[in-house]
Amino acid sequence: MNKKLFTTNRMTFTFIILGVIIFLFIIVPLIKMIVGSEPKLLLDTLFEPEFRSAIWLSLYAAFIATMVGFVLGVPLAYLLARFDFPGKNLVEGLIDVPIVLPHTAAGIALLFVFGRNFFAGRAFKLLGIEFVDTTAGIVIAMLFVSIPLLIDSAKEGFKKVDVRLEKVSRTLGASPWQAFFRISLPLAWRSIVAGNIMMWARGISEFGAVIILAYHPMIAPVLVYERFETYGLAYSQPVAVLLILICLIIFLVLRTIVYRGQKK
Amino acid sequence: MIEVKNLYVELKDFQLQDINLSVEHGEYFIILGPTGAGKTVLLESIAGLYPIKSGGIWLNGKDVTRLVPEKRGISIVYQDHVLFPHLSVKDNIVFGLRLHKWASRDIEATLNKISELLGISHLLHRKPDTLSGGECQKVALARALSIKPKVLLLDEPLSALDPESREGVQRELRQIHNQLKVTTIHVTHDFEEAIALGEHIAVLGEGYVKQTGTPEEIFRQPNSEFVARFAMARNIFPGEVIDTDDRNTVFCTEDSELVVTTDLRGRLHASIRPEDILISPEPLHSSARNSFSGIITNITDKGSTLYITVNLPPDFICLVTRHSFEEMGLDEGQKVYITFKASAIHIF
Repeated sequence: MNKKLFTTNRMTFTFIILGVIIFLFIIVPLIKMIVGSEPKLLLDTLFEPEFRSAIWLSLYAAFIATMVGFVLGVPLAYLLARFDFPGKNLVEGLIDVPIVLPHTAAGIALLFVFGRNFFAGRAFKLLGIEFVDTTAGIVIAMLFVSIPLLIDSAKEGFKKVDVRLEKVSRTLGASPWQAFFRISLPLAWRSIVAGNIMMWARGISEFGAVIILAYHPMIAPVLVYERFETYGLAYSQPVAVLLILICLIIFLVLRTIVYRGQKK
Repeated sequence: MIEVKNLYVELKDFQLQDINLSVEHGEYFIILGPTGAGKTVLLESIAGLYPIKSGGIWLNGKDVTRLVPEKRGISIVYQDHVLFPHLSVKDNIVFGLRLHKWASRDIEATLNKISELLGISHLLHRKPDTLSGGECQKVALARALSIKPKVLLLDEPLSALDPESREGVQRELRQIHNQLKVTTIHVTHDFEEAIALGEHIAVLGEGYVKQTGTPEEIFRQPNSEFVARFAMARNIFPGEVIDTDDRNTVFCTEDSELVVTTDLRGRLHASIRPEDILISPEPLHSSARNSFSGIITNITDKGSTLYITVNLPPDFICLVTRHSFEEMGLDEGQKVYITFKASAIHIF
């Protein structure tokens, strides 16, 4: 890039100003919160049992949601990538609805289906699984709001796999299952993992849908909210800071793993 | 032996109809047709990879129309190779053998034999994206041959290659076929490729098989305008390349001798494009090595150009513009001279 472009072009200049404003808008609150917090307070919070169980529950529930999403979402993504059928656009549109739905509304909707008054809720109750104020409730709330990210990412991944690779493998003796597990899945793997990471991140950050179904047991975002409501800004800050830092570290590590693989 | 009986296949905007082919055991069979004639789909139908509306595929006397592709033993090589990008060359080649649960000693043996035959032993640990086009081609071929297929399907195997490597690969295809005697169906849009390799040729066009026959039958007696258009565009002669005493290389047809430039020897074909032949009422003094006299037996008017058949014998088809045609005042029955350079003749 030549430097002249930046100094002489007014449009570029304007865009840089606008870009800097929005960039600062994103990072200043984060930095302010992290820098403004007392290290000792952070450390104390870190060893608080209530905080640790909330963080652990957030990571764990989001992970379970991601695994359920993987088993149920990847096959659907494959079907959508490979086949055309009437109403496909509608199906694809509906899958993305959770992204645009207000999440409290999503929580209410889930409560109707998985609560005690609907057959799905009752059927699961027979299996010993209840969704109100349980980890299972947190998992389905996270699953609902984050599954579109995995399906979309995996679908794009499968679309990039030349269908003739599967065809060649079939002629060489692979069953449809073998063709999927030896060719399509490994080749779409990066998109699927990326989708899973996004899904997990989205699950951890979910608040609205979760508190409708399960205020307790408490996930980290709910804990932040509760501390803020009960004790005010100063007490909610360390929890929020630690939540942000832990998520940041995990996502950086995962991203690095995924992208390093890509370079090879 | 593989037979295609009354095959009917639907494509996006047309159909393949009433396709009947019969390929003998060990035969090299060519399907010749223009781009977009549905050649790839026809191959995929034979392999069981494309849904068939009606008709059937018979393999060694058994109806395999409803058989899943993995049970047919018909392997395919696509034009752009379609190697498994996440597997090494070796793992590509032995992919089918592992699926068939071969013992690892047998896998090694087959791998070594096939990679030696194709000259790719030094590539086994490379990844496909580090290979050249010609190398990819050989790996794809090795992968297809590894499972000892009953039928090998080749989809335009030469057209993705640069002209230099084409001739080599073409020769190699013939050698491999002579050695392994795998029944092969090879589709191409290239007439010369078809003539050079095919024991039998089926010409595919407008959704039908237009003609089936030996190469000679196809270019000597085209049964339709469509087939003729493929052959008419070129003058093709069977014959033999020999060295004469005066250090010339000569291509001998049944009744004439053409001076050519080629490294190939033996029973081959020569072709010359109609636009490369000069036609004149008087003998022409030039650097061109080939000059003959003959009688105009036919004139086909194509508007701004005309195809003129000059019988020496054999018949040479020459292309002239309307302007020069009128200037020379050519007519049927007239004696004319034809002249062309030795380098204008393609030997294959």
